[in-house]
Amino acid sequence: MRRAIGRSTPLLALWALLALGRAPAAWAIDTTQMPTPQLQARYEGLTHELRCVQCQNEAIADSPVDLAADLRRDVRDMLLAGKSDDDVRAWMVARYGDFILFRPRFAWKNAWLWGAPEVLLLLGVLIAWRVVRKRARLVTADHEPLPDDGSP
Amino acid sequence: MINRFVIPVVVFALLAVVLAIGIVHSPQKGVIVSPLLGKPAPQFALPSLGNPSQVVRSADLRGRWYLFNVWGTWCGECRAEHDMLLTVRRAGVVPLVGLDWKDDDAQALGWLQQLGNPYQEVAVDRTGQVAIDWGVYGAPETFLVNPQGIIVYKHVGALTSETWTREILPLLPAPTRARS
Repeated sequence: MRRAIGRSTPLLALWALLALGRAPAAWAIDTTQMPTPQLQARYEGLTHELRCVQCQNEAIADSPVDLAADLRRDVRDMLLAGKSDDDVRAWMVARYGDFILFRPRFAWKNAWLWGAPEVLLLLGVLIAWRVVRKRARLVTADHEPLPDDGSP
Repeated sequence: MINRFVIPVVVFALLAVVLAIGIVHSPQKGVIVSPLLGKPAPQFALPSLGNPSQVVRSADLRGRWYLFNVWGTWCGECRAEHDMLLTVRRAGVVPLVGLDWKDDDAQALGWLQQLGNPYQEVAVDRTGQVAIDWGVYGAPETFLVNPQGIIVYKHVGALTSETWTREILPLLPAPTRARS
């Protein structure tokens, strides 16, 4: 029995993830309806990329906290007033700093963070290239015939 | 080969330095450094607690130092810091302006009557909009605003006598301090 569950665990997990991703609006914390599908999509996009600063590991779209509801209200009002997505982000950052953005913006202050993966990848390629070359040399050395020491 | 040992040791040392900097620079994990520090305090005009016909205006607070304290009766930490606020009031160094954040007026008035009122005035923020404008994310929070209307200091969490004497008092001008 245990083995059967074990084998189907990845499948179950996948199913659960898919189910969560497609949770109907009725389960959601936020049931805001925007007047047009375009506004609704922008609203959902923004509320999912703004951090609930009180709970810190949730987006304001998923947080039951009062402050998250207030911030969602502000996002809705700004979108209805014709503000752009960047206006909304800038408005939030002016109050709570870059920390409120789950997708941080590029700035010289965090340039090293953005560049680090590329630099590390390059470093890794260099190291791998050197190791492979060294090993390749070893192989050719290995294939050289042993010096004849006169034994039978 | 020296390389074999030098490279890992150097990498380890670099990593240790980076992590040490990270640890030293984040003594209070989870505290968001407000982008409003050094910037003008957000404007507001809100009804006064217990006297709704009267309006508390940030513009009227210009020209003097004040502590802006965000609280609510639903907030446990606010209860914990209340005695400290009363001490600040007694010191008479800097006035406290309260922001009653998403609270019930009657409960708030009862709280002040029962525990003592440390505030010169209390603005009532029913929608929570002014708190958001000030970048508040959890009560209590306390801001020090200078006579030019600039936020010079912010404290998140209950005000302690240590924060008061070590962080806030030194920021206030000497003549003001001498009066205490």
